[in-house]
Amino acid sequence: MNTDLQKTNLQSADPRGVLTGIHFMDGDHACCEGALAAGSRFAAGYPITPSTEVVERFASRVPMVGGTFIQMEDELAASITLIGAVWGGAKAFTVTSGPGFSLMMEHIGYAAMTETPCVFVDVQRGGPSTGLPTLPAQADMMQARWGSHGDYEIIALCPNSPQECFDLTIKAFNLSEEFRVPVMFMMDEVVGHMSEKVVIPKADEIEVTPRRHTHKSVEEYLPYATNGDGVPEIAHAGEGYNFHVTGLTHDERGYPNMTPQVQDKLVRRLQNKIRDAADRIAMFEEEKLDGADVVVVSYGITSRVAQRAIEAARERGLRVGKLRLITAWPFPEKKIRELAANVKAFVVPELNLGQMVREVERAAGGQAKTFAVSHAGGGVHNPEDILKVIVEASKCRKS
Amino acid sequence: MAKGRVSIVVERCKACGFCVEFCPSHVLALSSAFNSKGYHPPHVVHPEKCSGCDLCGMYCPDFAICATKVDAKRADPAKGGAK
Amino acid sequence: MPEILNILDNDLGKNLNNDDFNDDDVQNPVEPFLRSDRVPHIWCPGCGIGTTVNSFARALLESKIDLRSLALVSGIGCTGRVAGYVKLDSFHTTHGRAIPFATGLKLANPKLNVVVYSGDGDLSAIGGNHLIHAARRNIDLKVICVNNLIYAMTGGQTAPTTPDHSTTSTNPYGVFEPSFNLPHLVEAAGAVYVARWTTFHVRQLTRAISEAFHKKGFSFIEVISPCPTLYQRRNKLGDGLDAMKDYKAKSKVRNGAPTSEVGMTMTGEIIVGKFVDRERPDYQTMMRAQYADSLGERFVEQSEMVCS
Repeated sequence: MNTDLQKTNLQSADPRGVLTGIHFMDGDHACCEGALAAGSRFAAGYPITPSTEVVERFASRVPMVGGTFIQMEDELAASITLIGAVWGGAKAFTVTSGPGFSLMMEHIGYAAMTETPCVFVDVQRGGPSTGLPTLPAQADMMQARWGSHGDYEIIALCPNSPQECFDLTIKAFNLSEEFRVPVMFMMDEVVGHMSEKVVIPKADEIEVTPRRHTHKSVEEYLPYATNGDGVPEIAHAGEGYNFHVTGLTHDERGYPNMTPQVQDKLVRRLQNKIRDAADRIAMFEEEKLDGADVVVVSYGITSRVAQRAIEAARERGLRVGKLRLITAWPFPEKKIRELAANVKAFVVPELNLGQMVREVERAAGGQAKTFAVSHAGGGVHNPEDILKVIVEASKCRKS
Repeated sequence: MAKGRVSIVVERCKACGFCVEFCPSHVLALSSAFNSKGYHPPHVVHPEKCSGCDLCGMYCPDFAICATKVDAKRADPAKGGAK
Repeated sequence: MPEILNILDNDLGKNLNNDDFNDDDVQNPVEPFLRSDRVPHIWCPGCGIGTTVNSFARALLESKIDLRSLALVSGIGCTGRVAGYVKLDSFHTTHGRAIPFATGLKLANPKLNVVVYSGDGDLSAIGGNHLIHAARRNIDLKVICVNNLIYAMTGGQTAPTTPDHSTTSTNPYGVFEPSFNLPHLVEAAGAVYVARWTTFHVRQLTRAISEAFHKKGFSFIEVISPCPTLYQRRNKLGDGLDAMKDYKAKSKVRNGAPTSEVGMTMTGEIIVGKFVDRERPDYQTMMRAQYADSLGERFVEQSEMVCS
């Protein structure tokens, strides 16, 4: 398996979309700049707090960069308009929050099934339903993974600062192109609305993954044939390939072929192309994991609050490690399993009533205890609440 | 001499009867024979009346029939030409 | 059912093999547009969808349109399966969302000529919102709506177009809701070309599709088509051929008729024709004009969005 395939094909960003300089901007705006830097020239959106600023900025930037923004009549439309744009040749994305994310689920599944490279940004807010439109939560994490029907895999990234909103959006586009998969960009309302320094480098310092376009002739090309890494080569409409794309279970020709055998082959490939590369996709920030008794696993804005709790715990002499998830999906099971052998417990603070903690517990496999620090959303944790659980976790015996 | 010739792809036919009904010269009828799916494909009963208009071809939902005009050289020399 | 002529099998054997009647060099003119490896198709005997595809393919020939830049998008349903049978860049999308997908395709590559080919339920029920907005915006799409008055693929449920008092599986005692007058709806929403034909009107349908190809803006062609298995059978209206004869008898060509007058009933007359053919700038023309006006020299025309 040629895992270096894409690395050797990386391109520099198109300077027309790169706002080089030192900026003071919020996460939503930085995300927009990340998309432009990654080469995205198409977005379809629908207004929803707290995400709207991303597309508002895109709408004002893109006519001067050379692209299109369209505000569609609903999220059902927006989520498939961007897919159509990808098949027309663009790098495309949309932005939403909880209620809109729910509406987009069918098309996230369609993107996964048709292997359309694209990015869905969810700036998470309190839920369920209309919930807390202007306040943060991290309660869509499981939905990001399982929200659409059927068996499929996605990649999900969690930034924890406006700078990361810029950098990781580029990464999200790159991953979507490399694996021909929809990538979920899981921001939260605080990261989206906080303003910090964002450094945007020069275009030639930004690596962009190009579309995996076929070089085969019209006669040879099969839209869903693969070799090596399980990712097929794409063609766009208008190039003479006369290919067919369908959401029905299909074979290598792209034609509907609805038998258990073809289903098994297709769906397992969709799964394996991500799972087999999970180690490569996994990104996390680690600190003082060696010799730790307790490891705090967190992501997004909660990771910044957790940092305070971790430092306070260390001041008390506790041996606390930090694992910040940057890739939430595929979940870094291997890392957790390895840590679980050596630590007493994991502490998982989240702005939800327990979502990623379930993955930690599952991966730990009983080798270490898992403590959730749940929060129903609407604000960030009090660092003391996280500290309390770290202290409690430190007292437990190694299982 | 017929001006047109009908071509039938027997295995595609589903015996809907459109071609039989809408042929302006009543050239076709459904046969009593079967294709492998059990449908009765049409049969050219009056080949001499076929004008090659291809209305059968235009109506067919299954792309199972079409008609073409016979080569001009072989057309009836009494037809066409000066009045 | 048409009469089956009793002809001796051995006389026919020769003819069935088409020795006399199938020259190798005679090819159906629409054959190059079909994915022949997938024919025979799944549509029922007497279903009109295949006939519409036939008319469509002939329009491709007649209009001499550049096939390379033609893309076809369909939704879900019997008509939605059209995408799988045409040898073009074709997309079988989700239920009701062919139009927004097509919008994305078109905006990303304005050089494409994008056809939306879908059914009445897909386009006017679940897809209704997208239908009216695309018409409002005058997105340059050619929409072919095959209207068989029912949700056929799923077994014959009521559609917004099912005529009053029809029997369906979800209105087993008869439909009591008023049905949509689709030409009226899309005209009101802003479509620039609105026509209705039936599968009996093969030549007019081909011509209408050719006209739509050459017209910029949102074009909508409704084709009334038989569903023998469900709509016809449940309502004791005979088979597909009976429907075709019915269309022939009951259609009245009224080009330019006010769309408010073209609503359909189960047994009444079917008004067909080209109802609307007007000029309005399409979405992309308006977009470019607005940007150029507001931004002047700062406006960067979206040249090639295609990424390699």
